[in-house]
Amino acid sequence: MSKTLAMTPETVSVDTTETARWQDYFQLMKPRVMSLVVFTGLTGLLAARAPIHPFLGAIAVLCIAVGAGASGALNMWYDADIDRQMRRTRGRPVPSGKVKGEEAAALGVVLGLLSVMFLGFAINWFAAGLLAFTIVFYAVVYTMWLKRWTAQNIVIGGLAGALPPAIGWAAATGHAPLNAWLMVAIIFFWTPPHFWALSLYVTTDYAKAGVPMLPVVKGAKETRKQILIYSLILIPICLSPVLTGLGGPLYLAVAALGGAVFLILAARVFASKAGDAADPRVADRALYDVTEDEKAAGSKAARNLFAFSILYLFALFAALLGEAVTGLHPLELLK
Amino acid sequence: MNPPLDKDAAQAAAQAAAKKARDGRNIALGLGLVAFVILVFVVTLVRLGGNVAHPH
Repeated sequence: MSKTLAMTPETVSVDTTETARWQDYFQLMKPRVMSLVVFTGLTGLLAARAPIHPFLGAIAVLCIAVGAGASGALNMWYDADIDRQMRRTRGRPVPSGKVKGEEAAALGVVLGLLSVMFLGFAINWFAAGLLAFTIVFYAVVYTMWLKRWTAQNIVIGGLAGALPPAIGWAAATGHAPLNAWLMVAIIFFWTPPHFWALSLYVTTDYAKAGVPMLPVVKGAKETRKQILIYSLILIPICLSPVLTGLGGPLYLAVAALGGAVFLILAARVFASKAGDAADPRVADRALYDVTEDEKAAGSKAARNLFAFSILYLFALFAALLGEAVTGLHPLELLK
Repeated sequence: MNPPLDKDAAQAAAQAAAKKARDGRNIALGLGLVAFVILVFVVTLVRLGGNVAHPH
């Protein structure tokens, strides 16, 4: 992609991809998402409490991170048309013209193959298979199909982001028992309220880009209801690791207290008018009697839930990680 | 208002920026490849070491 650098009085035509820095390629890998994947994958690896050589454990986490980065690069290649139309994403390397789409695709394919093969050869092929499934699910099933097709895109697609703890567990033990899938379930059911809270205050961007996010297709009111329903499902799932022996007293405290706050914030979003002012399905704005104060309060409620959801997930996994590292376990309390 | 740049100077500046970016990309790629080779080497040692210590 070429752009023209404005120079007066004459212009100099320069291919902007020639000035792409290595950092631009790194940005293709969605480093913030990678950091979350590293954290949850590492938690799964250590929560398994199985002996694994520290260096091999680090390699497993590295492969999970690179695999997530590969998914991100493939997503940025395929979604460049959508990203170009949204304020939040238009500065990404492909839509901004810093990196060519085909380069992003090539980076994604190479890193994806490399991460899966290396994880298989260095650790085990069960973990590598899960990683391969995760990459294909995110890049093909979610990005190329679900995202543009159904309002349930982030619900089903959320599985890809939820799998890293199971990959970490599989890397440490060679299998993935119930506790590994409980960690997956926590992230899976956390994803809808998290993303829908965000989508309530960026609805117009998604509508403009033609992405069928729930507020765009079903409206803000239905989205607020779904947020509350998924939050009510999420909290018991977050508490269940205590019963299966995965979570200890620290985890119980975090899950219970954080869960209560999560539910309060979800209820506030439900009671608010978040997203109503931007609901694109309603041509007659007068139907929505939303004052500026209500609009600001609704947006604030959605932002609060979005921000707290990140903190809650981080705290849950930090508690599991802390208990795994220190050896703290609920059964020890009962002795 | 800044004085207008002449075309040659602008072209030279753009080429210098492109070269700097290209050098950075090449160094990053080189370091990545070296790191990968070292990782494969150490993984081999670790896995081989375990099997040597416990051959059966």
